[in-house]
Amino acid sequence: MSPVIQVRDLTKDFVLHTQNGVRIPVFSGLSLDVAAGECVGLHGPSGAGKSTLLRALYANYKPDSGAVIVSHDGGAVDMATAEPRAVLDVRRRTLGYVSQFLRVIPRVPALDVVAEPLVALGTPGDAAREKAAVLLARLNIPERLWHLAPATFSGGEQQRVNIARGFATDYPAMLLDEPTASLDAANRDTVVAMIQEAKARGCSIVGIFHDVDVRTRVCDRLFEIGARDHAA
Amino acid sequence: MTAAAAMDLSAETPLLRVRDLTRLYGDRVGCEGVSFDLWPGEVLGIVGESGSGKTTLLNTLSARLEPSAGTVEYDTRDAGLTDIYQLSEPRRRLLTRTDWGIVHQNPRDGLRMGVSAGANIGERLMAVGARHYGNIRADALDWMGRVEIRDERVDDLPRTFSGGMQQRLQIARNLVTGPRLVFMDEPTGGLDVSVQARLLDLLRSLVTGMRLSVILVTHDLAVARLLAHRLMVMKDGRVVEQGLTDQVLDDPHHPYTQLLVSSVLQV
Amino acid sequence: MQPNDATQAQDTLDGYNFAYLDEQTKRMIRRATLKAVAIPGYQVPFAGREMPLPYGWGTGGIQVTAAVIGPDDTLKVIDQGADDTTNAVSIRRFFARTAGVATTERTTQASLIQTRHRIPEAPLTEDQILVYQVPIPEPLRWMEARESETRKMHALEEYGVMHVKLYEDIAHLGRIATSYDYPVRVNGRYVMAPSPIPKFDNPKMDMMPALQLFGAGREKRIYAVPPYTRVESLDFEDHPFEVQAWDEACALCGATDSYLDEVVIDDAGGRMFVCSDTDHCTQRTASREAAE
Repeated sequence: MSPVIQVRDLTKDFVLHTQNGVRIPVFSGLSLDVAAGECVGLHGPSGAGKSTLLRALYANYKPDSGAVIVSHDGGAVDMATAEPRAVLDVRRRTLGYVSQFLRVIPRVPALDVVAEPLVALGTPGDAAREKAAVLLARLNIPERLWHLAPATFSGGEQQRVNIARGFATDYPAMLLDEPTASLDAANRDTVVAMIQEAKARGCSIVGIFHDVDVRTRVCDRLFEIGARDHAA
Repeated sequence: MTAAAAMDLSAETPLLRVRDLTRLYGDRVGCEGVSFDLWPGEVLGIVGESGSGKTTLLNTLSARLEPSAGTVEYDTRDAGLTDIYQLSEPRRRLLTRTDWGIVHQNPRDGLRMGVSAGANIGERLMAVGARHYGNIRADALDWMGRVEIRDERVDDLPRTFSGGMQQRLQIARNLVTGPRLVFMDEPTGGLDVSVQARLLDLLRSLVTGMRLSVILVTHDLAVARLLAHRLMVMKDGRVVEQGLTDQVLDDPHHPYTQLLVSSVLQV
Repeated sequence: MQPNDATQAQDTLDGYNFAYLDEQTKRMIRRATLKAVAIPGYQVPFAGREMPLPYGWGTGGIQVTAAVIGPDDTLKVIDQGADDTTNAVSIRRFFARTAGVATTERTTQASLIQTRHRIPEAPLTEDQILVYQVPIPEPLRWMEARESETRKMHALEEYGVMHVKLYEDIAHLGRIATSYDYPVRVNGRYVMAPSPIPKFDNPKMDMMPALQLFGAGREKRIYAVPPYTRVESLDFEDHPFEVQAWDEACALCGATDSYLDEVVIDDAGGRMFVCSDTDHCTQRTASREAAE
């Protein structure tokens, strides 16, 4: 069975034109395969480029060279070179992403924030909100908050809304950037269970998990991403 | 997989195909060498500072300013991709008031200030032959609701409305004929921040719900991030960088884009 | 043709060309008029002349009349339906003295009728021409001030705004309140201002056997409705065009089917309704007396 995500010779530098064009290399020549149902933890020192790699996989960052091939809709899409609407289609239907922070949309209540990815896939609004409610309940978001915009929520509450949104649809692949960072033990266990369930249905996961306990419970293997000298 | 999800990208025709579009003012460049495809349901943001040529580009794209060179082709319902500047004027005018919409920054430029809100919404329907008062009024009321204006304001003049309401009315007036392509010029400009948020939320749901294609000119990167699928960054009349909205804003490559993004105050 | 009770003008002025305007000017106006007849409802610009009366007193109608009148014509002039008002009397006298034509107050005996704000009640025939005085020829004017734009709207048949006006009437008043100068569509094509006639008269324009000519002096426009041409009043399916109706009959002749004016008859608030068309009223009264 071919990998769901194939990273090939991925290289990323930042060039800061506002600071005299200084070039900051992040990683180069990375290659990685992730199979269906497999969870790969990115591992390495702070500043090694774990988050940058995750963002490059999601096409949020644009790599300088290399490819990120994602199995999508019976074919394959290179996230590094595909046109925007193709990338958005992959994001909508194949590749989920849970960032560390929720990007709040003014006025949109938490329930709709969570239901939105389902609606985008054609699920009727009521059914989508029903599923969103189940997820929010599971993540211990009090029901009185469901109809409020999450702008005023605490950091932990926002993070759980973010996770609920990420897990609302059954993506074939997911990218998780410290999903349990600001959660208490009970909620952490819930998120671990959700990740394990996703894996069990065949979801491929690439994630950053600082918590050793979480890491050992969800990761099948670690992908070392060191400082500059890692590549070569 | 639902029908909405299973769309075959390769089978689609772009709604708008723009090639080497150039508009000169004498020796001065308004915009130059702009090429892109706009796809059904796609929201394209054009960002840049004042004088970057984004308004010239918008006017040239929306059949209001003849280009000096290049083509703007639109996927017309009867003849497929057709250069809009080759269309006869009657057909072009018909196209712009049925299949297209234009939302101006200043609602006064897009509304008839001397007639009621209901008549403002109903005008496009009457222009394409609607002759049943009751139906026109029902459509107007339906659209008032969709843009969150209370029913009882239907017979009031737009000048008695707040700025945000006027802008929502202008949007309703444009969308009532079910256009496929809407041009927006700084639609949230000049509005209070709280009013902006409401309008943005409304625009977002209308655009998604109607699967509208939108060309959105704005200098506000937050607005662009919220509404646009992809961005074109303009400077001195040229597109210096384009791509996925979050990629352009989070990982800008062109020096000008980096400057633009780094100049935004964080809150 | 010399109707027996028409009066031949006695004192034609020396030194003036027939019907005041010079022949070149009349030819120019006739050419504009022919074009107007060829394109029913379309406003044809013409080089309007200064006339010896102010704008608003019928300078457009007079120029059209001067261009089409011949020595054998019999002229009738009405203002708001009456032959004896100042404006009507002046214009009738003007042509009697500059053209020496016969004049009449009888609708049926006139070959040429110039009118301000009414169409006679008696049906007109193929042998007659009706000339309207027009203050504002552009029906789109109140929605669109730019002449360049209104011309384009006519050219492209973009008439949606006309219904916006009617919509506003219904929305605010529950019905179409426009009662004068009610817009019409001519021959299924051009939207036209019928001049400030009451909408009561609009149905008379439809398929009228007589030629209808419209002259606007200040705006220098001529337009026309040829004989037997469709003239439809704009309306909505669920708010169809309707004409005014009165509960009263004419206090003088008893007519129940004519356009009535309300006349105050004393300083105690007494009032009565009488025919606006004085000739119509006179004829009916005469025939009723004759029958008795």
